[in-house]
Amino acid sequence: MSELIHQNIKLPEGSIEKQTTTLNLGPTHPATHGVFQNILELDGERIVSADQTVGYIHRAFEKLAERRPLYQITPITDRLNYCSSPINNMGWHITCEKLLGVQTPKRVDYMRVIIMELARVADHLICNSIVGVDTGAYTGFLYVMQYRELIYEIYEEICGSRLTTNIGRIGGFERNFNGVVYEKLERFLKEYPKVLKEFENLFQRNRIFMERTQGTGAISAERALSYGFTGPNLRATGVDYDVRVHNPYSSYEDFDFEIPVGSTGDNYDRFLVRNQEMWQSLSIIQQAYQKVQAFKGADAEVYHADVPEYYLPAKKDVYTKMEALIWHFKIIMGEIEMPKGEVYQSVEGANGELGYYFISDGGRTPYRLHFRRPCFIYYQAYSELTQGAMLSDAVITMSSLNLIAGELDA
Amino acid sequence: MERLTNRAKAVERKPMTFLESLYLWNIAKGMGITLKHFFKKKATISYPEQKREFSPVFRGLHVLNRDEEGRENCTACGLCAVACPAEAITMEAAERLPGEENLYREEKYAAKYEINMLRCIFCGLCEEACPKDAIYLSETFAPANYQRQTFIYGKPDLLIPHPKEEPELYAKAAGGRVVVKTGN
Ligand code: SF4
Ligand code: SF4
Repeated sequence: MSELIHQNIKLPEGSIEKQTTTLNLGPTHPATHGVFQNILELDGERIVSADQTVGYIHRAFEKLAERRPLYQITPITDRLNYCSSPINNMGWHITCEKLLGVQTPKRVDYMRVIIMELARVADHLICNSIVGVDTGAYTGFLYVMQYRELIYEIYEEICGSRLTTNIGRIGGFERNFNGVVYEKLERFLKEYPKVLKEFENLFQRNRIFMERTQGTGAISAERALSYGFTGPNLRATGVDYDVRVHNPYSSYEDFDFEIPVGSTGDNYDRFLVRNQEMWQSLSIIQQAYQKVQAFKGADAEVYHADVPEYYLPAKKDVYTKMEALIWHFKIIMGEIEMPKGEVYQSVEGANGELGYYFISDGGRTPYRLHFRRPCFIYYQAYSELTQGAMLSDAVITMSSLNLIAGELDA
Repeated sequence: MERLTNRAKAVERKPMTFLESLYLWNIAKGMGITLKHFFKKKATISYPEQKREFSPVFRGLHVLNRDEEGRENCTACGLCAVACPAEAITMEAAERLPGEENLYREEKYAAKYEINMLRCIFCGLCEEACPKDAIYLSETFAPANYQRQTFIYGKPDLLIPHPKEEPELYAKAAGGRVVVKTGN
């Protein structure tokens, strides 16, 4: 691998010149889609060694969280993997609920599933179309963006924001889904399969795309497991591990879906696995939508658990009733003591197992909070994945691992 | 690799066929798809002449609210500042003097109220925290500017126009949002 092309060029004895070129790929580079620095040793176009740097956008989230009441940590989790913030938000709420012993109604679980699967589709859509962009096909990216936009509009209708969503609350949602949400959801379910099919037509069997992605950035199942890979990147190597199946949360056990797995763990397999997962997500959304629709009458008005200690009372009660006003003040001021305890909860994030390790010493803020961020783990393997590869393949490998800078450096 | 569940489904990964390896065929296929899009309806809009509709709960720039008689709702309780995860809000409270009842709804009011829009992350927690319906996030964005200082919005920037004196501006600022009437 590192037999140099220019071996025959003999440098003079004691020369400080190297036979390789050092290239700083990043921290800001148009090809890296985020703040990543790689110090590459190049022999021609071939990568001899890659050296990663982390921490360019480190924002001390874990430390920040130690000084904030639980509801203020939700906006922090938005900024981990910002391509699928709702999954992060929901994961955080589920972690808190586990510590506080809150039982959420089934309807809330199903609503959460809809939002999380939409977020997964949006995330995979970005990742796969960016892989396309890196192989030189920009058009597919533009076509699918319309549907990411539609997903963002659904978020906007529920929480008021598009990217950094801060969606949901401990115990449920801030407001019920309204007619516009259902209407947009239906439109999405109707139109999206066609778009995804077209997207597949553009890439999946395209010769250039196949040749650029097959066999590049491959990793074996053993190596992937020993690095701690999870999510689509692990499934592309052939291991069918999925938190939604192995450790169900938010009533995922009620849904019927398959786990797409690859065989070689290369960029092409990762692309295929993500595409298949979008189909699976679509079917999950369909099922969850039916389940949500099945609630009628008063049950259809349930969108949060009955936990007055953590869920803010309705505004009209706050304006008129003393007790509601007192709870409102107590919650906002963060004056509620949590039970002592230690919990770990993970959710199947869009790019792997996103875990929250939460220690409470009985105070009002977390004693310690750790985020298990899958990107941080993938990035460790990046140098192994790119050694001996061409420079342009390294760029594809980076986007097909779905490395997101916000999640890399919490 | 041994399967962990019975739900695994291997993705389809066939070797390239002869037809697929033909350059012209690929070009024709790709061009077909792009040409189809050429005749479709345009997906974009021409901002700023055209604007898309926002959801009524959109979290944009803050507005300090007044009641129907044009009195400021805020009572400087400070809950919004406590709730703000970005520590963007500062205020100074003052006591309402006799004769100012038409200006401020409560006996205490915010003499100074500032939001640093460079710190703000538009999370909407201040709106949620306010017990007086005095602050909400509207459907406008923070406009670009040259100086950092201009992003520290004071009361004059944030207050909604007077509903009686400038009803049109008030209606525009209130947007599609239903302003909840308060009990007291
Ligand atoms: S805006 Fe609302 S929360 Fe903030 S100080 Fe005024 S009344 Fe209190
Ligand atoms: S929107 Fe969020 S960050 Fe901005 S001022 Fe309100 S609470 Fe603070």
